[in-house]
Amino acid sequence: MLFTSYEFLAFLALVFLAYYLLPKKTQWIVLLVSSYAFYALAGVEYLAFILFTTVTSFVVTRLMERVSNREKSYLAEVGDMLSKDERKAFKNKCKKRRFWILCLGLLLNFGVLAVLKYTAFAIVNVNSMLHGFGVESTLSIPSLILPLGISFYTFQTMGYLIDVYRQKAEAIKNPFKLALFVSFFPQLIQGPISRASDLAPQLTEPHRFERRNFTYGAQRILWGYFKKLVIADRVLVAVNTMIESPEEFRGAYVFLLIILYSIQIYADFTGGIDITIGIAEALGIKLAENFKRPFSSRSTKEYWNRWHITMGSWFTDYVFYPISVSRPMLAISKKSRAWFGKKIGKRIPVYLATIVTWFLTGLWHGAGWNFIVWGLLNCLVILVSQELEPLYSKFEHRFPKLHASSTYGAFMSIRTFLLMGLIRSLDCYRNVPMTFSMWGSMFTEFDLPSVLGEGLLSLGLGLSDYIIVGLGCALMFAVSRAGKDVSVRERLYDRPVLSWSLFGTLFILIIMFGAYSVGYDASQFIYNQF
Amino acid sequence: MKKRIFVAVSAILVICVLLTFLGALVIPKYTDNKEGALVGEYYAEAGGHDVLFIGDCEVYESIVPAVLWEKYGINSYVRGSAQQLVWQSYYLLEDTLRYEKPKAVVYNVMALKYGEPQREEYNRMTIDGMKWSSSKVGAINASMTEEESFVEYVFPLLRFHSRITALTADDLKYAFETPKVSHNGYLMQTGIVPRTDFSEGFSEDDYIFSENAIKYLDMMREKCEDNGIEFILMKAPTNLWRYWWHDEWETQVVEYADKYDLKYYNFIPLEKEIGIDWNTDTYDKGAHLNVYGAEKFTEYFGAILADEFSLPDRRADTALSEAWDVRLEKYYYERNNGGK
Repeated sequence: MLFTSYEFLAFLALVFLAYYLLPKKTQWIVLLVSSYAFYALAGVEYLAFILFTTVTSFVVTRLMERVSNREKSYLAEVGDMLSKDERKAFKNKCKKRRFWILCLGLLLNFGVLAVLKYTAFAIVNVNSMLHGFGVESTLSIPSLILPLGISFYTFQTMGYLIDVYRQKAEAIKNPFKLALFVSFFPQLIQGPISRASDLAPQLTEPHRFERRNFTYGAQRILWGYFKKLVIADRVLVAVNTMIESPEEFRGAYVFLLIILYSIQIYADFTGGIDITIGIAEALGIKLAENFKRPFSSRSTKEYWNRWHITMGSWFTDYVFYPISVSRPMLAISKKSRAWFGKKIGKRIPVYLATIVTWFLTGLWHGAGWNFIVWGLLNCLVILVSQELEPLYSKFEHRFPKLHASSTYGAFMSIRTFLLMGLIRSLDCYRNVPMTFSMWGSMFTEFDLPSVLGEGLLSLGLGLSDYIIVGLGCALMFAVSRAGKDVSVRERLYDRPVLSWSLFGTLFILIIMFGAYSVGYDASQFIYNQF
Repeated sequence: MKKRIFVAVSAILVICVLLTFLGALVIPKYTDNKEGALVGEYYAEAGGHDVLFIGDCEVYESIVPAVLWEKYGINSYVRGSAQQLVWQSYYLLEDTLRYEKPKAVVYNVMALKYGEPQREEYNRMTIDGMKWSSSKVGAINASMTEEESFVEYVFPLLRFHSRITALTADDLKYAFETPKVSHNGYLMQTGIVPRTDFSEGFSEDDYIFSENAIKYLDMMREKCEDNGIEFILMKAPTNLWRYWWHDEWETQVVEYADKYDLKYYNFIPLEKEIGIDWNTDTYDKGAHLNVYGAEKFTEYFGAILADEFSLPDRRADTALSEAWDVRLEKYYYERNNGGK
């Protein structure tokens, strides 16, 4: 059931009615039933996988908690009689036990994800290698289903397991409440990836109907639909046209693709997240923000602090830091300092951890070399920027006025936007050599006048579509600027006439200019596929 | 609080009014593709007809109620639309019976070849014009293709909103009232494009009419039986390439008619007897009759209807005659002015 389907809107209306009309004690049950109904409608067979994640996580966290409780009670009972070393040894023993339980949980769940998502990719690569070695026979690729949103709910739940292991979160004692945390339907298919300590208590506590929450939620949902239906799904037509015929659309078209795909993915992903956060808000639940005006970022590093924030912080907390402080990495750090000196040596473990993190980030996005190369290129840009930092500082000191000027700021933002767009185009062609070839064509076959003339109209969009997209982008930009410090909704809350006028107009704009219904290819949110 | 409620209610009302206006603006007016306007025109004329013709384009371009009235005093109406599928014909019959009970219903069998929903645009042309009733709901549910949604029939604006960037002056002019395009359901074609290709149509994978098509044919027959209406089958005298009437289909219709003791008239072999000249009587190379061919055919078929089914000559009915005088004037005006 797509967020953009009429069925989903009807489903949502029923959920809201049941949620606020039934006794507050049952609200979390309403959410659980709704979430499972939502998931079952996507495919009954998927339920087995989400149940597996829920059950294994429940068992694993309960076991870890049991070890923790035993540790606490043992130390409370006999702790005074133990020496400091004995206490430390006992604590380490318990930690190790929890660690192995955690490993079992991670192995089972990431194992399922790996098998379902990466088997085909692995076999294709093994077959290529075998072919390279002259082996004729090939391994056959099994046809496996890929449950909806598996990457998102697996990562969110595994984050919870790690938090319980680190004793940053308590194990959820009610399996049904855990099931709700794993399956909460608005965020199930495209995030944001929430933390158990933030989300789980909110999901199960009773919520009174608050006009402000509901209004804000509805307004945010509306804004999400505007971005998705009016902009993203309209641009999609042109993007698909260019991707489907790469031989025809080279040179300046690649540049156009980079721009349009950036607009599409931004409107699509942030639109989807707006709908998700808006639904949760209307239910009285606050989800983590996933975007903070990413296209105004002045550097790649800043961009990644503003784009898909919850995924970035997940990888930072659960991959980057653990790798950085892992024993092998500490050993590498020691050796590299000895070999290359303190200045260079201390960077090597950071670089290695960064490379691994970005490799995994790429892999998380999809089973394909294009995603891996995408991740590694992001990593390369970040590391190079980091290395050039002293140079930037010198420049900043040499030209302080220029550096502080808004023109230079705009230049930096545009540069970052284009650079990120360029790397992101790997996602379009899904073929690394072809993408490189297309990038090359921008330098060898750049014919802007031909694109700006008839070219634009050969992409499946008419002049009116470009005008709608242009005005839509201007509106997104204006709203983004206006909401920089205080959100637009808050500004409007006490001005009902203006608020209704603006959101009423937005509603009509969605109805009239949305790319939906017969004639438009109903498109899934891009991030549903991850 | 009171102010907030007042603002909210007012805003919702304004939004509804705006959407109603925008809906009226973007919904196709069918001033060019006139077929889409046929079904909706019926309701202004509903009641008192002795014969109802029902079916696809072969009906609304072959049967001229004006001729039936002039020659035989038969008061009739054509409820046909483009590619009208069997189930749509059934629901249109059901819909018509809410307003009147004709003595005879004539169904053109060409659409029996379709067993499944076909094209969204034709569904729209047939169904959008129907007034809301259980028949319309049934027609929608039976006709929807995979890409369609029931909600979009309830709120056509959701379907046609994208026309907002392609509006013409007619959309504003006819936003709330469209001009009448038919003559008791007959859509006049005055052009002449002779038939030159007499080759047979493509062979089909399967010549057996689908269970679905026969189910709705049965339902039409039963509906007529229940209401004491004569149910008659016909095949209009058109036959070209894509519109080929295969012998296998003919056999099945003949068997069906025999089984239920129905009258079935296939006019394809009777074209010479009717007097159809494919050089002058078709506007699209033989796929459909133009007004000259339709008049010949209607006169021929009218004689059969009058003789075999004892349909009354109503020309003595003054009120009805007066109403027909107005219709005939319009009919001949359009006929003599090249369809304008």
